[in-house]
Amino acid sequence: MARITLEEVKHVAHLARLEFSQKELESFKDQLDAILEFVAKLEDLDTEGVEPTNHAIEIFNCFREDKVKESLEIKDVMKNAPQGEEGSFVVPRII
Amino acid sequence: MENLLDLSIGELRRLIDNKEITSQEITRAYLERIKEVDPRIKSYVTVTDDLAMAQAREADERIKRGEIAPLTGIPLGIKDVICTKDVKTTCSSRMLENFIPPYDATVIEKLNSQGAVMLGKLNMDEFAMGSSTENSAFFETRNPWDTERIPGGSSGGSAASVAARLCVASLGSDTGGSIRQPASHCGVVGLKPTYGMVSRFGLVAFASSLDQIGPLARNVEDCAILLEAISGHDERDSTSIPNVSFSRDGVLKMDIKGLKVGFPREYFIEGLQQEVEEAVKGAINLFESLGAEVKEVSLPHTEYAIATYYIIATAEASSNLSRYDGVKYGFRAKEYENLMDMYKKTRAQGFGPEVKRRIMLGTYCLSAGYYDAFYKKASQVRTLIINDFKNAFKEVDIIAAPVAPTTAFKLGEKVNDPLKMYLSDIFTIPVNLAGIPGLSMPCGFDQKGLPIGIQLMAGHLQEKTLLGTAYNLQEALQLSFKWPEV
Repeated sequence: MARITLEEVKHVAHLARLEFSQKELESFKDQLDAILEFVAKLEDLDTEGVEPTNHAIEIFNCFREDKVKESLEIKDVMKNAPQGEEGSFVVPRII
Repeated sequence: MENLLDLSIGELRRLIDNKEITSQEITRAYLERIKEVDPRIKSYVTVTDDLAMAQAREADERIKRGEIAPLTGIPLGIKDVICTKDVKTTCSSRMLENFIPPYDATVIEKLNSQGAVMLGKLNMDEFAMGSSTENSAFFETRNPWDTERIPGGSSGGSAASVAARLCVASLGSDTGGSIRQPASHCGVVGLKPTYGMVSRFGLVAFASSLDQIGPLARNVEDCAILLEAISGHDERDSTSIPNVSFSRDGVLKMDIKGLKVGFPREYFIEGLQQEVEEAVKGAINLFESLGAEVKEVSLPHTEYAIATYYIIATAEASSNLSRYDGVKYGFRAKEYENLMDMYKKTRAQGFGPEVKRRIMLGTYCLSAGYYDAFYKKASQVRTLIINDFKNAFKEVDIIAAPVAPTTAFKLGEKVNDPLKMYLSDIFTIPVNLAGIPGLSMPCGFDQKGLPIGIQLMAGHLQEKTLLGTAYNLQEALQLSFKWPEV
């Protein structure tokens, strides 16, 4: 049985803010299905009570002095913006 | 004088310091070679001729004043995933094709403070996702030992440029083997340091809990010089280890008599090319003749590492890459109907297929109802893999194993089968999951004349033992180093 349906692929694409042609969706479905089938081997392992690891080296409470330092100039940051105006990023109208 | 381009950092240092040669002469020789040879290898995305010559002039001034650091005047290449102020940093992606960072990564600041010279930015798999550099949005990099073959990836440009003598040494990044596997395929030395030893500030993020910057070089000594230069705590990277530092003092004098070297039985499996197995086992036997104690160890959860990795790495990537929305920097689609449409079209047109595949997988694994089954499960298995290493390092100081199951494969051989491509990372991924240091170095050649690498692994922050062991092996192997003809 397939592990992922075409509808799910479409839904995930929306969540990921991606869009695909019908042909691409089909091919992603097959590829993701194969990969999910492969990663399903983790189900064989009993991990009851095992603590999850998010970082291999645990560092807690990484404090530093709250000092004002030099930061990037707005004009330098805006140089890479696809569209900018008066120090702001311009996006399509949303309301 | 011997051919200038054959010399390592250490050898060049002596010549520069004795005023036998200038940084400008060395830099010019490299820029000329890049012009002549790189059209066949295609390791550079951007060559920074003018900047390099300006930096070389400055280095020569520093040398005159006697302000000499280990890398002063040495020409290096930088993987195009590391931000360089005022120099395009593309990640080999259409998304960042015209991105010019307004700041330097910490590692670049550190190289600059020593007066190193940057020759340019090196090709890679898009956003460091891949094992062959075929996922670059611009072009494929060729293996200098056989230009019909891949150089490995994702730091393919970093490895190929060192092997083809298009830079003295380079920096790469390693999330699942991206320094070690190309180093192995190109016959150079590559080191992935302990997670948190080198600042990730200014490294374009792929999977933040796994990514680490490291050197690729012609020999172990040069790797040690570079690691010393780039390591250290950085308050701009909150995963940087407090008070961490690396000094290469004593590395070349380490005696490995009595050192315990383990070889994991799970790494010598079916599918391992026979010549790779023989070369790696031959090197392990050498350790014994050097007075080390060699024994078999077990890393029982190795077979689960790839599945674990492809959940964790893609989950982190899907989150990290959400920043490419066509608003603040990078590519924006030309035509769109509204904001949502702009996001989707920008990302659909800006990312290549492998990056999309990983974003999709990661998004799926993190989506409602699947988090426990995938991400949490994988994070638990990650703990089991870490425990495997902890147990093994109670018995041995160093673990020795293959880097990749085969020598470099042909261009196009695996590019249409993502799962098959993922499987080629089987021996390098566990090191990233555990955050330990891993090094790849040449230990022989197969019948086709392609380099074979051996991987050495050590416990957290045991870089000194790792590099010292590698140096002993390098000297004992006495691989009469041939350069590939390109």
